[in-house]
Amino acid sequence: MSAVLEVTNIKKNFGGISAVDGVSFDVREGEILGLIGPNGCGKSTLFNCILGQLTPSSGEVKLDGRTVTGLRPSELNKLGVSRTFQLLQVFPKLSVRENLILAGQEHQGNMASRLVGRSDAGLTDAANQMIGFFKLDHLAAEPAGGLSYGQQKLLDAAMAFMGGPRLVLLDEPAGGVNPTMLSDLKERLIAINREKNATFVVIEHNMEFVMSLCSRVMVMAEGKVLAMGRPDEVRKNPAVIEAYLGH
Amino acid sequence: MSGFAKPLKIALGIAVIAALIVVPMNFNRYGLFILSQWAVMTIAAMGLNLTLGYAGQVSLAQGAFVGIGAYAAAIMTTHGWPLPAAIAAAIVLSFAVGWVLGYPALRVQHHYLAFVTLAFSTLAFLVFRNESWLTGGIYGISNIPRPHIFGIATNKPLPFYYVCLGSLAIVSLAVWWLIRSPWGRAFIALRENPLRAQSLGVDTRRYTLMAFAIGSALGGIAGALYAPLTQYIDPVPFNLSLSLDLLMMVIVGGAGFYFGPFLGAMIAVLLPEWLRFTEGYYLMLYAIAVMLLLIWSPTGILGILDRYMAARRTKAASALRAVAKSRLETAQ
Repeated sequence: MSAVLEVTNIKKNFGGISAVDGVSFDVREGEILGLIGPNGCGKSTLFNCILGQLTPSSGEVKLDGRTVTGLRPSELNKLGVSRTFQLLQVFPKLSVRENLILAGQEHQGNMASRLVGRSDAGLTDAANQMIGFFKLDHLAAEPAGGLSYGQQKLLDAAMAFMGGPRLVLLDEPAGGVNPTMLSDLKERLIAINREKNATFVVIEHNMEFVMSLCSRVMVMAEGKVLAMGRPDEVRKNPAVIEAYLGH
Repeated sequence: MSGFAKPLKIALGIAVIAALIVVPMNFNRYGLFILSQWAVMTIAAMGLNLTLGYAGQVSLAQGAFVGIGAYAAAIMTTHGWPLPAAIAAAIVLSFAVGWVLGYPALRVQHHYLAFVTLAFSTLAFLVFRNESWLTGGIYGISNIPRPHIFGIATNKPLPFYYVCLGSLAIVSLAVWWLIRSPWGRAFIALRENPLRAQSLGVDTRRYTLMAFAIGSALGGIAGALYAPLTQYIDPVPFNLSLSLDLLMMVIVGGAGFYFGPFLGAMIAVLLPEWLRFTEGYYLMLYAIAVMLLLIWSPTGILGILDRYMAARRTKAASALRAVAKSRLETAQ
């Protein structure tokens, strides 16, 4: 399997603190990679460095073999990298369908064609499909701000898939989601992973969720990679138990 | 306005348009001037509503763009150019200057951005006043001609009112198209959550600059109509207070609502006239009315309507749920 994403020796300092301290890893085509570690270990900072929200102090990020370090988030998104945020980020005043159309529209045509073309950028069908896939049908026309937390979380994830991404980075998709909806979410993610051959990196604290979803797990502590391997290997690793999982 | 049935909306729209065409036929010169001013200020306020209401970029410089458009039109038409050419020049000029003014917005936001645009507003005023070789300085530019449209002279108030109204109609359609397009959605995304918008591929830099440039261009169009409307311009009408007036129109009407500027401009232009019978008190009453409105509804007049519609929708939805529930219970 070839690597979709190659991260080499990424460092990010904030003043005297190194939040990410020389992290290297790769993400293989079609896999679901879990990223776990205690709060403040640098997971989200690493995400932000990969995705252009932050510029790494040093190191390199390659997407399909092409260096993309320092590209802006919107440029990376157009190259097929999508994400969700730790805190819920939907557009509350837009309807569920409008949120999804927005999430896909910048991948259609160019600025000029989006101005003179159809107001839905030709995405109503695609948005409806996504709505059906995430079982949000009855809420399609509702303003996203009126949905329950769990439903917004589903919408948030659905938005990340609208542009047909190659690589999706999900930052705590399970946080605050009730168990029923969580198994729904997991099932949907696995289905997209298989059907669309999308590659995922998932930050998550819910161990059960991570261990059952991911093919490999990377553990971070204090800005460094502590362990990387299959879920069962990682679970038994003494250093991981010491730093994160507890006895 | 989404709560109204579509035929009702269309009927209401046709009635308002017909009234705007027919009723002013009986107006005197002054009434027509005020109404023309309403149309012109609505265009400028629509521009600011785009920049501020939809895209969320604070600007205290919209009055300066009205000035830029007005001077462009005044200078060109007094040198023999036709008004449509002057309007085109005003659009290009204010679009370009607006684009440049957008750059600070890529670095600073909210009240910091307000200060940057305020400084620009002052700068523009100083250029209008001090560069007399171009603008006539404090003496301004007089004898600004009104155009012949399809061979019809618009010297009289009524024909020129129709020029303003027609321009407003064209601008309204263009803005309607824009906000319904993916651009409009991207502007809203820029206002609500630029970080998330970026991660969805929205080029926030380009859309920010566009929001400033297009909003400013509409200010320029308004100015290019204002010059032949008053037929005399000097720097004073385009100072900071015009920018503040336009800001008030947008906020009072309802920022981010399509019809906000129409209502806001109506209140800002017409209400002081209606309150004139109170003589010395009219400006005070006007100020108090605006304060009370904003305390009652910070989202402006259309915000009140929007909340009412939302409440009605919620009520209807819970009624539907109740019906569904009772059906389920009887079925069991």
